[in-house]
Amino acid sequence: MMRRVLMFIPVLLAVALGIVLFAGIGKDPTQLESALIGKPVPVFSLADLQDPDRVHHDDVFQGEVSLLNVWGTWCPSCRDEHDDLVWLARDEGVRIVGLNYKDNRDLALEWLDKLGNPYALSLYDPQGRLGFDLGVYGAPETYVIDADGIVRYRHVGVITPRVWQETLRPVVDQYAKEG
Amino acid sequence: MRPFLIALWLLIMPQVVQATTDVYPFESASEQERFRELISELRCPKCQNQNIADSDAPIAKDMRDEVYRMMQDGATDQQVTDALVSRFGEFVLYKPDFNQRTALLWATPLLAVLGGLLVVVGLVIRARQQGGAEPPLSEEERRRAEQLLRDRDGGV
Amino acid sequence: MYPELGQFSLILALLLAGLLATVPLVGAISGREQLQAFARPLASGLFVFVAIAFGLLTHAFVTDDFSVAYVANNSNSLLPWYYKFSAVWGGHEGSLLLWILMLTGWTLAVAVFSRRLPTVMIAQVLSVMGMVSVGFLLFILITSNPFDRLLPNVPADGADLNPLLQDFGLIVHPPMLYMGYVGFSVAFAFAIAALINGRLDAAWARWSRPWTTVAWSFLSVGIALGSWWAYYELGWGGWWFWDPVENASLLPWLAGTALVHSLAVTEKRGVFKSWTVLLAIVTFALSLLGTFLVRSGVLTSVHAFASDPTRGAFLLGLLAITIVSSLALYAFRAPVVHTRSRYGALSREIFLLLNNVLLVAAMLLVLVGTLYPLVLDYLGAGRLSIGEPFYNVTFSPLAIAVGFLLGAGIFSRWKRTDGGWLGRKLLWPAAISLVLTCATLVVYGGFSPWAFAGLLSACWVAVATFLDLWDKSASRHGRWHGLKRQSRSYYGMVLGHLGVAITMAGATVVSNYGVERDVRMSPGDTAEIGDLRFTFSEVGQRQGANFVAQYGRFDITRDGRLIATLYPEKRQYRVQRNVMTEAGIDAGLTRDLFVALGERVGDDAWAVRLQYKPLIRWLWLGALFMAVGGALAIADRRYRIKVRSGATAKAARRPGGQDEGVAEAV
Repeated sequence: MMRRVLMFIPVLLAVALGIVLFAGIGKDPTQLESALIGKPVPVFSLADLQDPDRVHHDDVFQGEVSLLNVWGTWCPSCRDEHDDLVWLARDEGVRIVGLNYKDNRDLALEWLDKLGNPYALSLYDPQGRLGFDLGVYGAPETYVIDADGIVRYRHVGVITPRVWQETLRPVVDQYAKEG
Repeated sequence: MRPFLIALWLLIMPQVVQATTDVYPFESASEQERFRELISELRCPKCQNQNIADSDAPIAKDMRDEVYRMMQDGATDQQVTDALVSRFGEFVLYKPDFNQRTALLWATPLLAVLGGLLVVVGLVIRARQQGGAEPPLSEEERRRAEQLLRDRDGGV
Repeated sequence: MYPELGQFSLILALLLAGLLATVPLVGAISGREQLQAFARPLASGLFVFVAIAFGLLTHAFVTDDFSVAYVANNSNSLLPWYYKFSAVWGGHEGSLLLWILMLTGWTLAVAVFSRRLPTVMIAQVLSVMGMVSVGFLLFILITSNPFDRLLPNVPADGADLNPLLQDFGLIVHPPMLYMGYVGFSVAFAFAIAALINGRLDAAWARWSRPWTTVAWSFLSVGIALGSWWAYYELGWGGWWFWDPVENASLLPWLAGTALVHSLAVTEKRGVFKSWTVLLAIVTFALSLLGTFLVRSGVLTSVHAFASDPTRGAFLLGLLAITIVSSLALYAFRAPVVHTRSRYGALSREIFLLLNNVLLVAAMLLVLVGTLYPLVLDYLGAGRLSIGEPFYNVTFSPLAIAVGFLLGAGIFSRWKRTDGGWLGRKLLWPAAISLVLTCATLVVYGGFSPWAFAGLLSACWVAVATFLDLWDKSASRHGRWHGLKRQSRSYYGMVLGHLGVAITMAGATVVSNYGVERDVRMSPGDTAEIGDLRFTFSEVGQRQGANFVAQYGRFDITRDGRLIATLYPEKRQYRVQRNVMTEAGIDAGLTRDLFVALGERVGDDAWAVRLQYKPLIRWLWLGALFMAVGGALAIADRRYRIKVRSGATAKAARRPGGQDEGVAEAV
């Protein structure tokens, strides 16, 4: 009798495995959660993109919930999302800080001139030091940072109106209230 | 003989005079080895399952540079991995830590072998308990057995 | 028109598979021989139509028919003809078609080569294989049709085959691998048939054994080819990455090796029947799991096909139905009654059972390691990575233990082995292995515990194998007569085990004594590894059939004498525009010299990877030995003994019981 019960173990394990595998379908295994969730933005001191003499520090995030958008002119997907970023800044009133990552200053300025500038301010990070400290592994990436400078969420990939509505906006609203 | 000489050379000459520099030069062979091990145990967060030693991706290069920089500053292996994990998450470690979450993972081979051994021991004990020899052959069975043995042409 | 014919052919195949899955099985269960007799012709028809479809797809590739979407995505008019041929299985849809071609091929082989089996058995086995074919044909026709057209906008040219796949490796690796994966479906079908008809005995084990061994041999070759291909193609000299897709091929291999040994015990002694049946089901289940993992996108891998949730879900459904129903059948129908048999603690039965314990533990280790990240993610516990450092520490001890067990087990006898006798027998092998290991360690220089253990295990296996051969070939009429007298199946075992020793030795030495240097070099520079001097003589450019390459010429000298000249390249393919690294390799039985160009550093300098890889070819040589061993084993005389007329009928009518009786001699 006991033996017969033991014979059922393989089939039960198989069913359990099937459930786990089913749950994995459709998920993107390349999407990683940020290691900085709940932690403050790393300390940095970077020049402004437009004004090379001006230096920003991590306190630029104090006082208001912002998005931090990591981009570069070398990144084709960044081009795709740029118009949506402009819309977000202009029509939805979202404060977006730009992080120009591993890029050329002149090319970046030209890009913003031609395509519009959605950024409240732009950080120039040619070495990618802040990007590295944030754990950026592929542009475009966008972080939600609350009014105390704490990282609350990271989205890897382009921002679309749908991504905004379903994913980012709830986070922004939640921390805007608490602020 | 040749391999012996190569090995001897490597053993007694930690700092070989080279006509070229390593991409990541180190003072000693053991540091070089430590670096190589570290970068082979760290995962490139962007690539499709590659370590940062083998990957050509820019982020992998940045990570290699960081590991090198930290080692030059005297960091231990633990400090290096901690620094990268704090930025990129546990995902970048190819060797999972031993903690509550991963206990089952590390225990699997041990549990499997022990379980198997228990079964085998149990079988041996039971076989031993079955005491006497098998029942003797009946006349008919004996004749069949002889017939079979005769028909075989000296096989296995 | 031809692609439509191909699709139609597949539909016909599906119909035939459906008939094959049902008619003979109904005939077997109800005892109607006329229905059972449909099995063989249906199997033939099934294969013919799948082969036609495959032929038509190949035709589309060879004639550059870019109206077929699959051809447009995987080929190009500039592609050399032999790559067009292998591009047929370069993508998801085509490789599935290859899969089903092999499945129906194996089905036909079972139908043809099993004249001696009772018709009822054949009917059931072929029906089960027909069921699997139905599943895969449905999958292909519904979600992965290779004959989908791009009309009316036929592209002018194709998107080209991924440059990584434009290689000899693609021509051989997938077919060999699939022959192995799919071949285990035969053992599976035999197991299911035995569970259905309740005749689970030594005869069943004997019928299953040759099919399992052949599949295992193919899989061994397939895995070795994959390792070899990755080594020279991917540009950094690695030969095994514990990548999920690689693990997916290792899992059925580990279970299959356990199965081959378990079948031996069941055949010879009639014991462990339930376990062997379970192993047969699990081995094929692992093949199917591998298919799912590679194509569903749930795991990240360099080898994975492009994923699609619909396909993933369908494939999972197919997997679930097959595995759950077969394991449920096992749970309900497998015998619980223990066979009365005696075996001592040191009997061959126990040694083989311990072999199974270790191999299954290794299999579970790789399975858990591969799926753990998925499970944790499902539980919301974050993303974990499990890679080489983990497996090196956990898998190696198991492999080494298998070696030690092997050497001792070779001398064990069925039912009972005297402990004292065995111990005495093992003294000489122990001493010789120890000496050999120490000698090797001195030659390569440097002691490391892993190197010592691995080499000791490998030497142990080899020495014990040779000693056993020596013992067995002792004969009054001379050594040569003694050697000739041994059966092919015995030599198969000898070669198989030697293969294990060779592979283990290769893996141990290359992992512990390989040397790697990453240097920055400009033309004119030299670098050294030991007493080998690598000189970067020049850079140049060359045109290939569909790529442009920048190459470097490296002269390798020792004491001023030229040993080899290598031309590593960085290629840019015209169509897909990715840059690929082609390593320069000087191959040798005792060592490989490996040079690869990395990134450009500065104006005229390159990051160059230089490697010295001792005994790396032994890894794959060992697998070849194993495969040849398998082939020898099934060529054994006992599988080719002619049945005396009437014997089969007698055996078929004998009520289900222990051994099958008269028909075939053991």
